[in-house]
Amino acid sequence: MANDQSLESPGVVVGTVCAIGRSAINAVQQAGRLAMFFVTTLSRLFYWPFPFAEVIKQIHFIGAKSMPVIIMAGLFTGMVVALQFYDALIRFGSVDLLGSVVALALIRELGPVMAALMIIARAGSATCSEIAIMRNEQQFDALDCMAIDVYRYVMLPRLVAAIIAVPLLTAVVDVVGIGGGYIVGVLIQDVSYGAYIGGMVDTVQWNDVRMGLIKSVLFGAVIFCVVLAKGFYLHIEQPVSGAEGVGRATTEAVVLSAILMLFTDYVVSAFLL
Amino acid sequence: MKKYGVEFIVGIFVLIGTAALAYLAIDIGGLSGGEDDSYPLVARFDSSSGLKEGAHIEIAGVRVGQVRSIVLDSDSFESVVTMLIDEGIALPEDSMASIRTAGIIGDRFIKVSPGGAEEVLAANDEILETESAISIEELVSKYIFEE
Repeated sequence: MANDQSLESPGVVVGTVCAIGRSAINAVQQAGRLAMFFVTTLSRLFYWPFPFAEVIKQIHFIGAKSMPVIIMAGLFTGMVVALQFYDALIRFGSVDLLGSVVALALIRELGPVMAALMIIARAGSATCSEIAIMRNEQQFDALDCMAIDVYRYVMLPRLVAAIIAVPLLTAVVDVVGIGGGYIVGVLIQDVSYGAYIGGMVDTVQWNDVRMGLIKSVLFGAVIFCVVLAKGFYLHIEQPVSGAEGVGRATTEAVVLSAILMLFTDYVVSAFLL
Repeated sequence: MKKYGVEFIVGIFVLIGTAALAYLAIDIGGLSGGEDDSYPLVARFDSSSGLKEGAHIEIAGVRVGQVRSIVLDSDSFESVVTMLIDEGIALPEDSMASIRTAGIIGDRFIKVSPGGAEEVLAANDEILETESAISIEELVSKYIFEE
C-alpha cells in the first residue's frame, strides 16, 4: 500500500489541489445533471396524452397521505409560535398584535418551510428510494428497451403531483397553524377574539399569501427534482450499487433537497420583500 | 372500486387544500374579485408621509375603504391620494380627509369626517378639505425652537 502510494501519489500539495478540483467538477456535473433532468422532465409536459391517472395516484401518495402528519406539524407550529410571541409581546403590552404576528410568520415563512420539510421526510425519501431501486434493478433499461419514455411516465407525474400537492399542503399548514395559535392565544392565554382574528385580517395582505404560494410551488419543484434525479442517477453518482447505494442516494437526496429548499426560500424572500 | 377509493381521497385532499387556500387568500389576505362595490375619490395633501397604498379609510372609527394610489402632482408638488370608498356610503361635499396614525407608532390611515352639506360626492370627485400627516418630529422641533 505504501509502495503503491509512493509510485502514484503526486505529493501532499498537488494531491489536495486535485481533491478540491475533483469535488468542484463533481458539484458542477451534478448541478448540470439536475438542470438537464428538470428541463427534460418538464418538456414531456407537452406530449399527449398526459398521464393523468398516474398524477392522481402520486397526489394521493404525496398529498392526501401526508395530511395527518401535516396537520400535526401545522398545529404544533402554530401553537408554539403563539406561545413564544405571547411571552415576548406581553413585555411590551402589545398582545393585541399576536394574531398578526402568528399569521404573518406562518403564511410567509413557517408554513411553506414546515410543509416542505415534512414532504421531504415523508414523500421525498420514499420516492428517492423507489426510483433508486428501480434503477438498481435495471428497470429503466428495461423500459428503454421497450421504447417507453421514462421521463414521461415515471418522472413527470411525480413532479407535477408535487407541484400541485405542496402548495395545497402549505395552505393546510397555514390554516391549521392559525387555528393552533388561536387555541393558545385566545382559549388559553385569553387574548381577545377580535384582536386575534381582526388583527390578522387587517395585517395580512394578498401579497403575503402570494409569497407563500410562490414559495411552496418552487419548493415542490426543487424537492422532487432533486429527489427524483438522485434516484435516477444512482449508477453514475454512487460509488457502490445495491442496497448500500440506494441508502446513500436517499440520504444525499434528503440533505440536498432540504438545503436547496432553504436556499430557495431565502432567494425568493429577498426578491419578493 | 379500489381506484374509485383513491380518486375519492385525492378529491377530498384537493378540496381541503383549495378551501384552505381560498380562506387564506380571500378572508385573511383580503383579495377581492374586483373593485365593483366601491367608488374612487381624490384628495390632495401637502404631505402624505407614511401613508401607504392599501391603508384603511375610516369614518367614526369604522373601516369604509382603502387607499388605491398615491402620486405626486408635479405642478403643485402635492400628494394626490386616490381612495376607494365602499358603495352605499354617500359623503357630503364638505367632508374632510385627514391622515392619522393608529396609536403612537401604528400605521397611517385616512380619517374622513363627514360634513353637513346637502350635496354628496360622486365618483372621482375631490375632497377639498384635507389635513396632512402630523409629524411628531416637527411638533417637537416647533416646541423646542419657537418659544
